[in-house]
Amino acid sequence: MRFRAKIVDLACLNHFSRVVNTIARLAKTCTLRLTISKLYFILSDKVANGGVSMWCELCQGNFFDEFQMEGVATEHNEIYLELVPENLSRALKTAQSAKAVKMKLTNKHCPCLRVAVELPSLSSSSRIVTHDIPVGVIPRRLWNDFREPSVPDFDVSIYLPVLKTMKSVVERMKNLSNSIVIEANLNGEMNLKIETDLVSVTTHFKDLGNPPWASEDGCPSSAPDRDLESMAEARIDIKKLQQLLAGQQVNPTKALCNIVSKRIVHFILLHEDVSLQYFIPALA
Amino acid sequence: LSRIGDELYLEPTDSGLSLRSVNSSRSAFASFLFAPLFFQLYQLGEPQPFRCKVLMKSFLGVFRSLPSLEKTVGKCLILLKPSANRLVLQLHCKYGVTKTHNLAFQECERLQAVFDIQHCASSLCAPARVLAEAVVHFPQTLAEVTLGAGPGGKISLRNYVEDEMEPKKTMVTELWLAEDEFQRVAVTPGSSITFCLKEFRGLLTFAEASNLPLTIHYDVPGRPVVFTLDDAVLEVHLVLATLLDPKRDLQCPTANGGVSHLPLPSDDLTDDLESYMIAMETEEEPGVPPSPTFPLQTQGPTQSDPEEEEEEEEEEGAVPGTPPHKKFRSLFFGSVLTPGGPSLAPTQEVLAEDSDNDC
Repeated sequence: MRFRAKIVDLACLNHFSRVVNTIARLAKTCTLRLTISKLYFILSDKVANGGVSMWCELCQGNFFDEFQMEGVATEHNEIYLELVPENLSRALKTAQSAKAVKMKLTNKHCPCLRVAVELPSLSSSSRIVTHDIPVGVIPRRLWNDFREPSVPDFDVSIYLPVLKTMKSVVERMKNLSNSIVIEANLNGEMNLKIETDLVSVTTHFKDLGNPPWASEDGCPSSAPDRDLESMAEARIDIKKLQQLLAGQQVNPTKALCNIVSKRIVHFILLHEDVSLQYFIPALA
Repeated sequence: LSRIGDELYLEPTDSGLSLRSVNSSRSAFASFLFAPLFFQLYQLGEPQPFRCKVLMKSFLGVFRSLPSLEKTVGKCLILLKPSANRLVLQLHCKYGVTKTHNLAFQECERLQAVFDIQHCASSLCAPARVLAEAVVHFPQTLAEVTLGAGPGGKISLRNYVEDEMEPKKTMVTELWLAEDEFQRVAVTPGSSITFCLKEFRGLLTFAEASNLPLTIHYDVPGRPVVFTLDDAVLEVHLVLATLLDPKRDLQCPTANGGVSHLPLPSDDLTDDLESYMIAMETEEEPGVPPSPTFPLQTQGPTQSDPEEEEEEEEEEGAVPGTPPHKKFRSLFFGSVLTPGGPSLAPTQEVLAEDSDNDC
């Protein structure tokens, strides 16, 4: 099992750092899956996470100048690692002016992801900073825990409002209540509602638009005769929603959510070369 | 100085005004000596010698907002009035405004850490900027850092991982500086020392602001490390206790001239995890719940020696992350500080009593 990668381009490095920062805000520990062409940051829906799950996919070619990987076996050419994304985020934080960043999987005293940052210096040789991030190697028999989640049979799918606006609304609401109701319909309308003993606050968004899901594969599209005005709603933990919104450092190209009434809300945030899916289950 | 202790010791002498501070566990000491030339007027009075200490917070409060001070204050007068037990700080500002602050002081003995730069085996000198840039890669919360002389004349800085923290779960950051980044390097090859980062950062900030090169003098682990800044009118010393940990130093890869730590991207034979993986799978018992967390066990020799002498100094059940004051050998102080005496001003609250047992 081997892994080596190198980033030389500063813009790619910044982009990658931003992705890692977003992941670090969403999960304390997560799984990094490496394949020949892609990297995945995965959080599976265990009780410990509060039932949330995450699936983030990147094309390695868009970030790395060099990427070499050898999995556990030829027919299973993948590597699954458990790591603390905050460590990776910290390692990359001070690499913003680096000449190159190399990553390598090593096993000196224990498996580590070694991030070596080559920094410019006034002397003849560059300054090198190495960060050894401890990782856990996940054995093949557990890989099934980390399969890509399927898009649920949603009732409503709707584009999200401008994330910055949504974030500031949710942040204010967080001070008042622990849970928030997201409801939306197929007419491009979404409401964010909180209700406590003393106060109830609702923010209305209109003209958001509903993404067209292809009905060829049959299942993802909602019932064709669903009333456009009828709202699908789910009550979720407001902190989880706030974490998701706060973690976004760049505006996504597309941001939408799928609501399965009273069950789960599935968020999809797409950038040019990164896709992030986040599932927040409804509270009982 | 405020990064170190809560009390500011003042000692006017023939060679200048000395400002000093020490931390509560006596593992950090700093002194700033301002030569008479630094001041517009420098006059020693009676009685001589005179030493006192004031509350750091009170003193700093006078100089609270530097930017506004620079704009409004013309001169600052510092006057010691032993008869009234007051240290007077008078700021002469624009538009004829004079602000006078009277700080209560407490007379005290000389505060002096015992250290000898001449007997330090190793020394390094670098522009403050280089060291500040090096330190930025370590998290703000990091307690201790290890400075080492590595192969090829390179100097390394590495975060220190205590036994109490799980060494296999902690991220290790290491920075290598080439010899030519320093103005002078005279180190014992393979030597290293571990000290607290917090106080060092404080000095670095000052050094960077005043654009002075920083010299580091150190000897063997356990003996204090001395950082100095020198200028025509200012002499600064920061003395920090270092971790007494000879066994760990022997296992330190830099002491072994460890090839594995060379920053060059040479092919590492140890990065093949396959054999590791197979061994792990056979150790795993059936019936273990399918959670992704994996019990990591080393196959190689364990890092820490269980029979180290330092065990007796370790606190039982120490909270991880607690600064290991007990592991640091306290700096030996030349004289005992009197625990309050007849000179105590009646209105002054006695702060932490100084006593011998306070180590």
